[in-house]
Amino acid sequence: MLGRLGLEALKHDWIEYMAGVSIVGGGLFILVIITYFKLWKVLWKDWITSVDHKKIGIMYIVVAFLMLIKGLIDAIMMRAQQAIAVGASHGYLGEDHYQQIFTAHGAAMIFFVAMGAIFGIINLILPLQIGARDVAFPFLNNLSFWLFASGGFMIIVSLVIGVFAGTGWTCYPPLALPKYNPGVGVDYWLWSVQISGIGSLLSGINFLVTILKMRCPGMRLMRMPVFVWSVLATVVLVFVAFPILTANLGLLFTDRLFSTRFFDAAYGGNPMIYVNLFWAWGHPEVYILILPTFGMFSEIVPVFSRKRLFGYASMVWAILAILVLSFIVWLHHFFTMGGGPKVNAFFGIMTMVIAIPTGVKIFNWLFTMFRGKVQFSSPMHWFLGFVILFTIGGVAGVMLALPGIDFQLHNSLFLVAHFHTVIIGGVLFGFFAGFTFWFPKFTGFTLDEKLGKRAFWCWLIGFLLAFMPLYLLGFMGATRRLNRYDVADWQPLFIIAFIGVWFVFAGVGLQFLQIFRSVLTRKERIDTTGDPWDARNLEWSTTSPPPVYNFATIPSVEGRDAFWESKKTGKPLSQGPLEDIVMPKNTACGFIIGFLSFVFSFAMVWYIFWLAIASLVGILAAVIYRVYGEEHEYVIPKEELEKRL
Amino acid sequence: MKKKYKIATLILSCLVSVVGSIFIILRSDIPVLDPKGWIAQQEKDLLITTSLLLLIVIIPVFVFTLGFAYHYRENNPDARHEPNWEHNSIAECLWWGVPVFIILILSILTWKTTHQLDPFRPLDSTKEPVEVQVVALQWKWLFIYPKEGIATVNFLQFPENTPVNFTLTGDAPMNSFWIPRLGGQIYAMSGMRSKLHLIANEIGDFRGRAAHINGKGFAGMVFTARASSEEDFYSWGESVRNEGSLLDFASYQELAKPSQYVPVQYYTVNEDLFEKIIDQYKTPKLK
Repeated sequence: MLGRLGLEALKHDWIEYMAGVSIVGGGLFILVIITYFKLWKVLWKDWITSVDHKKIGIMYIVVAFLMLIKGLIDAIMMRAQQAIAVGASHGYLGEDHYQQIFTAHGAAMIFFVAMGAIFGIINLILPLQIGARDVAFPFLNNLSFWLFASGGFMIIVSLVIGVFAGTGWTCYPPLALPKYNPGVGVDYWLWSVQISGIGSLLSGINFLVTILKMRCPGMRLMRMPVFVWSVLATVVLVFVAFPILTANLGLLFTDRLFSTRFFDAAYGGNPMIYVNLFWAWGHPEVYILILPTFGMFSEIVPVFSRKRLFGYASMVWAILAILVLSFIVWLHHFFTMGGGPKVNAFFGIMTMVIAIPTGVKIFNWLFTMFRGKVQFSSPMHWFLGFVILFTIGGVAGVMLALPGIDFQLHNSLFLVAHFHTVIIGGVLFGFFAGFTFWFPKFTGFTLDEKLGKRAFWCWLIGFLLAFMPLYLLGFMGATRRLNRYDVADWQPLFIIAFIGVWFVFAGVGLQFLQIFRSVLTRKERIDTTGDPWDARNLEWSTTSPPPVYNFATIPSVEGRDAFWESKKTGKPLSQGPLEDIVMPKNTACGFIIGFLSFVFSFAMVWYIFWLAIASLVGILAAVIYRVYGEEHEYVIPKEELEKRL
Repeated sequence: MKKKYKIATLILSCLVSVVGSIFIILRSDIPVLDPKGWIAQQEKDLLITTSLLLLIVIIPVFVFTLGFAYHYRENNPDARHEPNWEHNSIAECLWWGVPVFIILILSILTWKTTHQLDPFRPLDSTKEPVEVQVVALQWKWLFIYPKEGIATVNFLQFPENTPVNFTLTGDAPMNSFWIPRLGGQIYAMSGMRSKLHLIANEIGDFRGRAAHINGKGFAGMVFTARASSEEDFYSWGESVRNEGSLLDFASYQELAKPSQYVPVQYYTVNEDLFEKIIDQYKTPKLK
């Protein structure tokens, strides 16, 4: 009846119990708060069922922040273990538990923090920047979010019921096959990533169509803000790369459940296929995360330098070059697998070539500051931190791109330091800059600058303390994923890294304090103009927060930086008369399908097949109801718009 | 006063971190930067060359970043402001061109060194190489010396200045074989046969370890690689042959069962053990 699920699934050690209790307790606490303040109706009507891209964007960001805390606690636990587990000491974590923690850390940070943050900002800003009222497929957007959230929830559930994978976030077979991992851990990982990956794919298609079809009159491709260009490249990558992941996970799933032996060398299969397919998705994924960050900085730097973006055309071509190149570098993740020297050299050189367009972008940003008037707002702090860290990380990346060097540093902590430098220094710093920059757009007030800058310094110092020692540890022969080691020389460096993690934790704490304080004292920093930074693009031409329809009349543009030009020349962006607006209607179907996907995944993890089939039938019913049984749109009449304006 | 205090703190913390880093680097033992074999030496030289070349990019980026941010700060009355200056062909050609040039040099270097340092390429030497077959198990390394007819667990010995030809396979999840002081990694995978050619130029004990997660006992998968004089190597081989019990396929399968923190063990073997281990993955045995 319950498949593999039994009371044993609840048996853990005391540290895991504490995690479980705090999660269940925290969840209950939130439910009580919602009930006490009678927020259920608001939550359901205005958020859960909403198809408004701005609300969905905020929900993505909330999930990303929650998962960031989870991932960060994982990081603290790992570094605490490594700070003490030298020589005869076993530390305080068992091997199994430690391995689950680093796997969950990687999966949570990549799939839910970085992806959530990026898709959150894209949702919030992209339709506004192209002068659209919503995305091309608003319901699909809501559904994408709920699939994403279900995937994240799977990781959380694995803390309480059963175990998570201990294979590292890449889950290579043969380690991920039942022979070595018969339990539910790998299945939790698999379904969590699969469900959220399908959500990302749908989201990618949605934004691809949105950018191509829904730009306002006059916004030709070469007039699009660079952020829109970067998102266009990102969603093309999503569209091409994510099906590879879905298919690869599908093969792994059938290998596990039906013994299809695609990856089992003992029966004619080949695990190297999995590794290739994983990185054929995995490397574009890195650019899926970093390109929108590049786009965000291309918006932020001109605004706070009071100057046009330097080298627009270069920027666009650099993005397109990265888009193409990102598909022909995946093999650099496994030079050590024994590819011939010609294959290795080709992929190494291609990897280094990517550094060229990336370097061009950095110089263009720097020359945007050149002859500008630089305001050291907190987004600019994040930008300057980003340039320094990303350059260090990028250079480490070019070094790893040489197979000769990679042979010595593959899977070492040097590698770990490299990708944390580019992902934290790049993706996260970019997200924080963008979040601060666009926060007034979706709330109507700015964030507290002082706390924002303090958070930045905590993050920067914490980052340097936590990851610079790791570069050195890599040279000292320390590999990743060690729960114990016997070289006493490594310990001081691990202790420094442990201290660094606490600085980062303090930074996140300050960011929460910053949001909390900004909400309390919002009257002091209220934004009535809709344009608190004296900015350049269309999203700032509407009110903050924008009405549900974004623009009362659709703007039309005649060049780049359209809003800036309109402010300077005094020519309004839109002269059209008010008309009735057709808007998409809220629907519960996205949430229901997302929830049933969670139930389905959970059932598949525990082999409760009747429940899996039932939830599939439920999903099908919800889709049919959505297509035939529901009204999709409503009209905001002209008269009401006049009243609102 | 407050600004002074901030600047003093900044300078002091920079100083502390620089001095601290130098102190840590000097008193630490850093195998990758202190190689004891030709391959690792080449790999280190490559690392240094590449780092120096990349400084051509890093230094301008850092100088421009801090310099521009400081000079063009909003309240600097001496800084020029040209809000519409957005294009300069020479400048843009420069930062497409210079990186292209650096990458071109690096590409040539990559092509050359990737061939030279290819793990599958036998090393040039007048001495006859030592053959070692490596099997990655859960969670220990089995080293088989087919010519000598011996096998060891988690311990490796070979003469100095003599090439060592490793042939690697696995009978466990995928793993990666690494002796930082001697050089590069290669994967050890079930049913496959990969190769690695190393040489030690000095006598000494070098740490080796598994570099790819392969389950619970991963952290304990360390071994010692000992480079000794030729006589010591042969007398060691002799003593192993006398001491060790026979590792036939049945006792191998017992050994291959998962175990952690396995102490050094000595065996004698028949020549075909390694092939038998690989062949397990070749026989069709679908039920």
